[in-house]
Amino acid sequence: MSEQVPFTIEQFCKWASQGKMMGGKCKKCGKIQFPPRPLCDNCLSQEFEWTEIPTKGKLLTYTVIHVAPTQFQSIAPYAVGIVQFENGSKLPGMIKGVSLEQIKIGMPLTMQFEACATTGQWPQWPRYHFKPS
Amino acid sequence: MNGKPLVSIVSAGLSKFGKLEGLYTREIFALAAKEAYDRCPKLDPKKDIKALFVGHMGESYEHQGHTGATVADWAGLLHVPATRTEAACASSGAGLRAGIYAVLSGLCDTVMVGGVEKMTHRSTAEVTEYLAMASDYPFEQWNGITFPGLFALMATAHMNAYGTTEKDLAMVAVKNHYHGSMNPKAQIQKEITLEQALSSRVVAWPLKLYDCSLITDGASCVIITKSELARKYTDTPVHIIGSGQASDTIGLYERESFTSLRAAKIAAKQAYEMAAVKPEDVDLAEVHDCFTIAEIIAYEDLGFCKPGEGAKLVESGETRLGGRIPVNTSGGLKSKGHPVGATGTAQAYEMYLQLTGQADKRQVKDAEIGLAHNLGGSGATAAVHVYRRA
Repeated sequence: MSEQVPFTIEQFCKWASQGKMMGGKCKKCGKIQFPPRPLCDNCLSQEFEWTEIPTKGKLLTYTVIHVAPTQFQSIAPYAVGIVQFENGSKLPGMIKGVSLEQIKIGMPLTMQFEACATTGQWPQWPRYHFKPS
Repeated sequence: MNGKPLVSIVSAGLSKFGKLEGLYTREIFALAAKEAYDRCPKLDPKKDIKALFVGHMGESYEHQGHTGATVADWAGLLHVPATRTEAACASSGAGLRAGIYAVLSGLCDTVMVGGVEKMTHRSTAEVTEYLAMASDYPFEQWNGITFPGLFALMATAHMNAYGTTEKDLAMVAVKNHYHGSMNPKAQIQKEITLEQALSSRVVAWPLKLYDCSLITDGASCVIITKSELARKYTDTPVHIIGSGQASDTIGLYERESFTSLRAAKIAAKQAYEMAAVKPEDVDLAEVHDCFTIAEIIAYEDLGFCKPGEGAKLVESGETRLGGRIPVNTSGGLKSKGHPVGATGTAQAYEMYLQLTGQADKRQVKDAEIGLAHNLGGSGATAAVHVYRRA
């Protein structure tokens, strides 16, 4: 976890491909930037240290996508939601491993990492989803 | 500013909204421009219009960027400085703000502000993908969240927090289709029933087809001038007395609340203060009903009701024509249509018609103060303008 590692979206993806959720903690004001950014939106500092984000959290809101963009048509309908992790950071992602009818706001979810699974022109970023804890 | 006019609208134009087959973006814009020229014979467009701002979101639709110069040429306005303004679905709301900057700076006495989008020649999947560009790519689009999906996330949160129901959402659609049935330029000029809305197919639960605005071709424009010059061009100008615009995080997930849009609240506060009016002074409003939930949240963000009471307000009938504060008399994005870049100034066009008494069957009686609320993306941009009859 060298501090020379840039605090960027690309680096977020690299961590994710290693099965880690990492954010940047501002050394000046202490705000955790997650996903990481190179400039603190609070105090405008560029000095960060890496901090691991807990992968357990709860579901804040969700939807079930029926009309999907081309890349995701084969798996529709699918659920996506916004999850708040135990440290307060938030991230959206698909919800799998539970029937669509059983998804409820507030339910505990855990992030799961997976290999990149889409095809086509989209960048081959690592993928993740949420499943019931 | 205390309610003094910032600028005045002296004319306005709107193409038919709908499927405009065989027409390119630039040709559609020319239709709106021509109506604005014809409505204001005392204005010489070639001599008097000193700049053009045109809202246009997507170059993907026609593989055509550089919209400013392109539509300036087709509108007969060469060689004015012509600039495209892009803020997703708030492209021309932000353009209107830019036009106000231009006039108030003193650099231009009179400018045209408009917007245009040509969408219907693309498949639904393509349009879904292009519209999603207004959201966060690496974290939202990449996880399969569509544009309706973002507003569905807000709808689920609103339902959970306040008990808003799918039926409440459908009532917004029914009302706006009723209004649209009286607008000869609307894409869908017919009423729908609550049952139809509720039984339409799911797009992004809890949002169904009738909760979503339409895929539309269309263009809109207004001609704005320094208020002291307005009477030179027309006896019936409409004053813009308040303007607000704000930004927020591109990703919905980063926000504190999913049941309210902070940018809209900030923009509204700015516009109300500048106009020296309160929400209860507003006689009619055009709000950004890209999805039915967005209209309910708009009521709350604009102060037409308290947070959480948006559903009650639509149920009360107060936002229907004849009610206390009719909202989206044009039919809104829901029924009039939503050619995204054109929507901001299409709202200004409705304000112009209403506040000059030219809205025919959908005229709001004795309308004096109007408000327009235009959103970009999932609320990362909001532009709010307050209008007053001259």
